[in-house]
Formats: sequence, C-alpha cells, structure tokens
Amino acid sequence: MNALNSLMDGFGTALTPLNLLWAAVGVLLGTAIGVLPGIGPAMAVALLLPVTYGLDPTGAFIMFAGIYYGAMFGGSTTSILLNTPGESAAVVAAMEGNPMAKSGRGAQALAAAAVGHFAGGMVGTLLLVALAPTVAELAVDIGAPDYFAIMVLAFIAVTSVLGSSRIRGLASLLIGLTIGLIGLDQMTGQQRLTFGSLHLADGVDVVIVAVGLFAIGEALWVAAHLRRRPPEPIPVGRPWLGRADLRRAWKSWARGPFIGFPFGAIPAGGAEIPTFLSYVTEKRLSKHKDEWGKGAIEGVAGPESAASASAAGTLVSMLTLGLPTTAVAAVMLAAFQQYGIQPGPLLFEREPDLVWGLIASLFVGMVLLLALNLPLAPLWAKLLRVPRPYLYAGIMFFAAVGAYAVGGEVIDLVLLLVIGLIGFGMRRYGLPVLPAVIGVILGPAAEQQLRRALQISDGSVTGLVNTPFSVTVYAVVVLLLAWPLLRKALPRRTTTTPEAPEPRTPSGRSA
Amino acid sequence: MTTASTPTPGPGAKPAPETKPTAPRTPRSWLRDHSELGVGALLLALGVLVLNDALTMDVDITQRGPVGPKTVPVVVGVGLLVVAALLAVDVLRGGRGQAETGEDVDLGEPADWRTVLLLSGVFLGSAVLIEPLGFPAAGALLFWGAAYALGSRRVDRDPLIAAVLSLAAYALFDKLLGVPLPGGPLMGVL
Repeated sequence: MNALNSLMDGFGTALTPLNLLWAAVGVLLGTAIGVLPGIGPAMAVALLLPVTYGLDPTGAFIMFAGIYYGAMFGGSTTSILLNTPGESAAVVAAMEGNPMAKSGRGAQALAAAAVGHFAGGMVGTLLLVALAPTVAELAVDIGAPDYFAIMVLAFIAVTSVLGSSRIRGLASLLIGLTIGLIGLDQMTGQQRLTFGSLHLADGVDVVIVAVGLFAIGEALWVAAHLRRRPPEPIPVGRPWLGRADLRRAWKSWARGPFIGFPFGAIPAGGAEIPTFLSYVTEKRLSKHKDEWGKGAIEGVAGPESAASASAAGTLVSMLTLGLPTTAVAAVMLAAFQQYGIQPGPLLFEREPDLVWGLIASLFVGMVLLLALNLPLAPLWAKLLRVPRPYLYAGIMFFAAVGAYAVGGEVIDLVLLLVIGLIGFGMRRYGLPVLPAVIGVILGPAAEQQLRRALQISDGSVTGLVNTPFSVTVYAVVVLLLAWPLLRKALPRRTTTTPEAPEPRTPSGRSA
Repeated sequence: MTTASTPTPGPGAKPAPETKPTAPRTPRSWLRDHSELGVGALLLALGVLVLNDALTMDVDITQRGPVGPKTVPVVVGVGLLVVAALLAVDVLRGGRGQAETGEDVDLGEPADWRTVLLLSGVFLGSAVLIEPLGFPAAGALLFWGAAYALGSRRVDRDPLIAAVLSLAAYALFDKLLGVPLPGGPLMGVL
C-alpha cells in the first residue's frame, strides 16, 4: 500500500538526529508546560509559535506535535494530583484520578493515564495513517466553493457546538473576523480598518492574536482572581501498575481510541465530549461499580486513551481539509500559514516529506512520551509547586518575546496588550476564545475563496453550491443550526433533570 | 445556574426581570448586575466602526469581480450590530456569560483590578524600554515587575531569576534560532 511506503519515508525524516531531538524537546516541553497549572496545550503551542521564525517547517511541526501530545498528558497529571483541571479535556481525568491519588494510588493513576495516552495515541495515529490519504484523495479536486463551505462549517461548528451560549460564540467569531479584516484586501489592495496606519496595513499577525488571546488574556484574568493559597498537590512516587490493575485497565485503553478518534476529527469540541463518553461507557461496563467515584482505574485509563486518540483525529481534519477542530489545531494552522503552507488535500501531494515526517514523528513522540514520563513523573509533580507569580510573570515574558520576534517592533507589543485585554474581557463575560482565533485565522482565507467562487460563477450565488461536496457540507451546517430546534421538537427522555448531562463543573469547586 | 444561554422556561413564557423579588435595587447595583450590557455596547461600537469603514471605501476602479472588498466588511459589520442587539436582549432577560474557571482562578473573590493595571503598566513600560535598554534588560524588568505585581516580594531571588531567564531567552532566540533581538548597551559591554 502506498501509504505504508510514504510512512516509511516519513520515518526516514523523523528519525534523523535533529528531528528526533525536536520530537524529544517537544514532548518534554509539552509535558512540562501541560503540567504547569494554568497553561493548556493551545497556549503552549501559541507561546512557542515564534520558534517557527528560526526552524524549518518539518522540525517545527514535529516539535509542535510533540508539544500537543505532551501537553495533553501533562494536563491529566495536573488533574489527578490537584483536582482543579483548567482544560475541559482533563476534567474527566480528575473524576477518578484524584480520588485514586488521595487514597495513595496516585502512582497507579498516573501510570494508567500515561499508558492510556500511549495506547490512544498509537491507535489514533494508525487510524490517521489509514484514513488521511483517502480523505485527501477524495477531496483533492475540491475547488473554491468547497473550501468556502468547509470554512463556513468551521465557523458555525465553533460557535454553536462549543460553549454554552451561541450568541456569545457568535460575538467572539465576529470579533475575530473583524481583526482578520484589518489590513490590505488581498485581491484589490484596498485598505480596510487601517485608519491610515502603515503598521496596520500589514494586518495583525496571527501570532500576536493567538498569543494575546491565549497567553496575555489568561495571565491577566488569573491575575485578577489569583487564589491566595494555591491548591496543594498530592505527592506521588514513580508510576507503576500491578497485575490486577493491568487486567482491569487494558480493555479501557483499547476502547478509548475508538470513542476519541471520530470526535477529534469532527468539529465537536476536541477531547471534551469523547472523554466524558468514554467515562460513561467504562462505568457501565465495569465489574467494580462500587469503586466509581472513589477511584476506579478504568475511569482514568479509558478517557485518557480517548483524549489522546482525539488529538490524532484532530490532525486528520487539519491536515487533509485545513479544518481546525480544536484550539491547538487552530494555532497549528496559524503556524502553517507562517510558512506559507496551506493545509488541505493538496498538502499530501505538495509536501509529502513534511506530512509523513510529521505523522511518523507522532509514533516516535508517543514512544518518547511513555519512556520519559514514567520515570520523570515525580519531577513533573514538583512543577505543580511553582510559585504562581513566577508562573504568570513567565507567561507574560514569553508572550512578549514571541510578539516582539514577529517583526521587532514595539508597536506589536502594544497591540498584544490590547488583544490581551480583549481576551481578559472575553473571559470575564463568558465569550469563548476559540471562535475569535478561528475567525482571525480562517476569515481572510474564507473571504478569498468566497470571492474566487463568485468570480468563476460571474456573481451568481449558485456558484457556491454547484458541487456535491459543498451541498453536503451545507447540509451539515443546516443540521448543526437546526439541532436545538430539532432537539426541542423530539420527545425528551429526561424531562426533570436538565443539568444532569453537563459534566463541566468538577466537584469541589465553588461556582 | 451554570449555563449562559437564554433561559427558556417554555414557549411563550417570557421571564420578566422587573418582577424578581430581590432587595431594593439602586441604579448602581442594577448596572453592576447588568455590566455585560457593556459588551453589547462595545460590539455595537465595533459594528458601527466596521460599517463606517466599509461604506466610505472608494473602490470603483480597483474592484474586480462581482464581490469587491466592501462586501465582507458590510456583512461582518451588520453581524456585529445584530449580535450586539441579541446579546443585550439576552442580558436583559437574565442570561449571563459564565466567567472562565481555572486551576488558579478563585471566582469567590472580587476582581483585583490593581494587579491587572499594574501588570499592564509593567508590560507597557518594558515594551518601551526594549529599544533603549536592549531586550535582556527590558525582559528582566518585565519578569521582575510582573512577579512583583503578582505578589512576589523576594528581593534576593526575583531579580536573579528574571536576569537568568531573560539572558537565556535572548541567547536562545538571538543566537540559536536566529531571531534577531536587540542586545542593547548591556550586551555591547559583555
């Protein structure tokens, strides 16, 4: 099979000493950053965007992939040992993992999570190898109307599936689109929203928007509400699993990827839904139902495996369609744009070395992750004690480095602070950040595809829906938009407890 | 109530905020309760700005194709106005955006504006100092200042960490990754 040959070539790329080094750096950095409270995978990748100025694309993406997986694993460590997950994907890890740690089984919880990430990542990446070339082939002759349809889908999905309020999601998206409008119109050179400023005529760099919203916004938000006494992490030794634990966990590891992968590939919020679904599934299938809520190992193993596989699923849509389904994918898409590479069906044809090197490095990263994290876990746990002033001062510092590295201009730092203050306000009033970032990244591209499609059809709106592909995508969009109405129209199974299926707020936190 | 969406108790039953049996409300407390209306106002202002920019564009010569540079800004501007109105309605009907939670976030306490202002000030100050002082010095000031703003008072340790971090970042970016950062007079001496 052709994909296998390409994958072998990919391993040739990934196993060069330098790329191996980037993979290791990415995994270590990702785990360290993920363990640090308050920094999620998206902020980690955003803060490291400036390295794209100094690295070749292959090395950079190998590192980013390592950071992505590493940060997700690190996030679950925080959940298990602190019980205050910041990332929605890590909420479920705390539900069984923290009780386990409290009853002295933290080492087993961490091991179950680490192996779960390994298993989920391996299966997920195998599915990626099997599926991505096929998807890319199917999509290879999609044109401007199809691209526009995909981007509309991304906009609608990100505003209506994620978050709890559609209005606020839409507001965030429009803020992002507005920022994306700033600068010269790509087709005519017309100045838009530049107010005569030469600096704004270049547009606002995506790095500045991503770093501002994810890093500065978060640091300012936390600064306004900093806990006087940070939660005490539970001390933990070197992770290991006994035979009884293995016997209970292996089925959960095996099931997780098949729940996680499909959800990662569609724009449904990344790992949040599949981890919860995996949790529910494992609970139903468990033979030790009495242990649930007190530290059942299946409740860590399954969801963590699902989370890791969903990251692989995310990469399928990002690499083959250019459709970011999570915040990390959105920031990685921005990194591709920094290199002038457009992810999409043609990526596999145009940049085979990069894509297959990246995919092969996922396998390498997974092995590194398992090999490094089991012995290093006690060290990671120490990171949880980092004094919070240093942590958030460090975030501000690296955000400043990144924004300044964009063009070496102080005005970019001012812009960064302004966007950070917007991010602060968005956090205060419950506007999700992701739609804004997607709006900035995809907005200009969507406009170009729209105008190209309408040029081909000479202004007729039918030019947007003249392919089976675009019609299908719009059908999905309509379904997404009509979903709340449909759900209301359908007879509801649970009528009395509408809050029950919401797992968002973990126990032990005052709302 | 954890969700931020409009509460819809049933078809036709509109919740009337005026009839809520709460303590006597002063205009001030009403404003504090409804401060999210400010978000709507900002969206409205942004919409007007975008529309104004789009409609004053002079495009007849440069325009190519049926959709010129005006169309999308007009759509975005109108969208902003509509969302501003919808958000205002949602807030008046009792909808609230849910403030973000996190590992280090304690929403039980009122917002600490002093820290936010101090942090922003330190950030701006260091930004201005990058060019005259060079990146290592300005970066160290940024870290130290930010740590101070966030409550760290270790005069022995903080500046040291700041200096090491800043020099390391400078070396990493300027020397290793080839991203030029200004060294300033300090690096000229070293």
